[in-house]
Amino acid sequence: MAGGSEPASAATATRARRGLRGDAVVAGVAQYAPERHYRGERRSTLEQWADLAALALADAGLTPDEVDGLVTANLRESEMFVPSTVAEYLGWRVNFAERVDLGGASPVGMVWRAAAAVELGLCDVVVCATPARPTPSLPPGQPRPWTPFGASSNVMGSPQAEFDIPYGNLAQNCGYAMIAQRYAAELGYEPRSTAKIAADQRTNAVANPDAVFRDQPITVEDVLASKVIADPLHVLEIVMPCAGGAAVVVASADAAERGRRRLAGGNGGLGGAGAAADAGGRSRSHRPVHVTGFGEHLTHKTPTYMPDLVRTPIGPAADQAFAMAGIARADVDVVEPYDCYTITVLLTLEDSGFCAKGEGMGFVRDHDLTYRGDFPVNTHGGQLGFGQGGMAGGFSQLIEGVTQVRGEAGERQVRGCDVAYVTGTGGIMSEQAALVLQGA
Amino acid sequence: MAAVEQPRPLAIEKPRPLATGATKPFWDGLGRDEVLVPRCDDCGSWVWYPRRRCPGCLSDRLTWTVLSGRGSVHTFTVARQATHPAFAEELPQLLAVVELEEGIRLTTTLVDIDPDAVEVGMAVEPAFDHGADGVTLLRFRPATPARPATPASR
Repeated sequence: MAGGSEPASAATATRARRGLRGDAVVAGVAQYAPERHYRGERRSTLEQWADLAALALADAGLTPDEVDGLVTANLRESEMFVPSTVAEYLGWRVNFAERVDLGGASPVGMVWRAAAAVELGLCDVVVCATPARPTPSLPPGQPRPWTPFGASSNVMGSPQAEFDIPYGNLAQNCGYAMIAQRYAAELGYEPRSTAKIAADQRTNAVANPDAVFRDQPITVEDVLASKVIADPLHVLEIVMPCAGGAAVVVASADAAERGRRRLAGGNGGLGGAGAAADAGGRSRSHRPVHVTGFGEHLTHKTPTYMPDLVRTPIGPAADQAFAMAGIARADVDVVEPYDCYTITVLLTLEDSGFCAKGEGMGFVRDHDLTYRGDFPVNTHGGQLGFGQGGMAGGFSQLIEGVTQVRGEAGERQVRGCDVAYVTGTGGIMSEQAALVLQGA
Repeated sequence: MAAVEQPRPLAIEKPRPLATGATKPFWDGLGRDEVLVPRCDDCGSWVWYPRRRCPGCLSDRLTWTVLSGRGSVHTFTVARQATHPAFAEELPQLLAVVELEEGIRLTTTLVDIDPDAVEVGMAVEPAFDHGADGVTLLRFRPATPARPATPASR
């Protein structure tokens, strides 16, 4: 069973795969800053979808009547027929409608699907959104989603319900902890290294006005002194769920350029949709950020059944993404890896090929992961420092990659940033997706 | 809106496994202190968890086989915060993945051991946890070399 990922990698390497040409552009982004305690008006996820879509389209300089594709995650109001519900609510006529169910990897999965659809010529302007603010409280007696076990399915016939949950193996902490313990036994664990991931990312969060922990820098010692939740994971190594939400517009190069021209020329043709006005009077158009490579790989839902607990599916996903983009790891300027836990970052850096398997602890120790460092990682603070806006958490990494390549990251801007590598992780290292973004 | 009377919180019951036609021999076996796992007649793979078809080759020619149940701790964690309120009484939870001698890995918990004494690689043997509801869970305890071959005492 050991080395189970090797045959898949070999197949990837030997078979000629087609992929993106890199034509599709992440033309617009929008994100609700994460909030630990949301006190605004509670709205349905459909209402939030529409709000986020309007913001992202305004950022792209595109109009709602130009939208011909949509990608959504789950809606709270509707268990099934989700894409048509969204299309109807927003008044869109779409040629491409997807619902992506990849947990934390959903945002990356949504954007590569949108880019692929654009390159296939199915559509020109695709909106992807993940609302994640609290919804209105349901009056008594109303049907409600019954999910007392979260992402773990306790429905009869589900393998988890029968072979995992009865032992108390559910939720995320214990799964990631057991992966970390296996890593420790097989390859060696350095608590100061995983703690440094949290501390360096927090330094980045302090430079990000939208981060929930912008006012709370932490040190390696703080992390190591924090409560152990499940050995060896400290509470400061575990992501904090927040209210949030995000949307992205993926467009053909032509459509993206049309939007840029509108933004550069003021408000021409946009009517009242230009919500993201720049107070400084600068051009509001953005550098085009192209989706040039992606990969996705899955092998399991519960880590008990992973072929190898410390060699994760991000490996084949990363290999495909870099091969498709035609770039080397050394070409990457910012790495934005999904970070539900510090061990997730460590495994992602190794399995993505930035260092060899087993060298991640030393790599993290020897590099400055901050935005001013020699290997910038999660420059927005990561979800550990920025906050995890529910299903939108993975969009924080993707939007940060776009923001850095655009050169719009302000205090935390990495100089000369042309290439961003973004990953998404769902479940317990189960759904894995990788994305390469490059500036035009 | 006027305050609505809230129902009193109910005691949270632990989720228990419900056997299906494909898995009943396994659960029945545990009731007899036996570990039964299907093996594929066509490719020889052990099939865990039990399925109607062998994952990989998808053969439906499977034979239930009695195993010793002996294995080793592949990994574990000591959950110091309950993974779910229903398991609060088990704190600290000694969650583990045990790899049986045949190479299959199971989700379980460890019993009869101090949390600080658990190590990856340590030898374990089955501890059949017979519940009052007639369901037996397969937990594991440190192996006792003095008790080879025969199933755990009844």
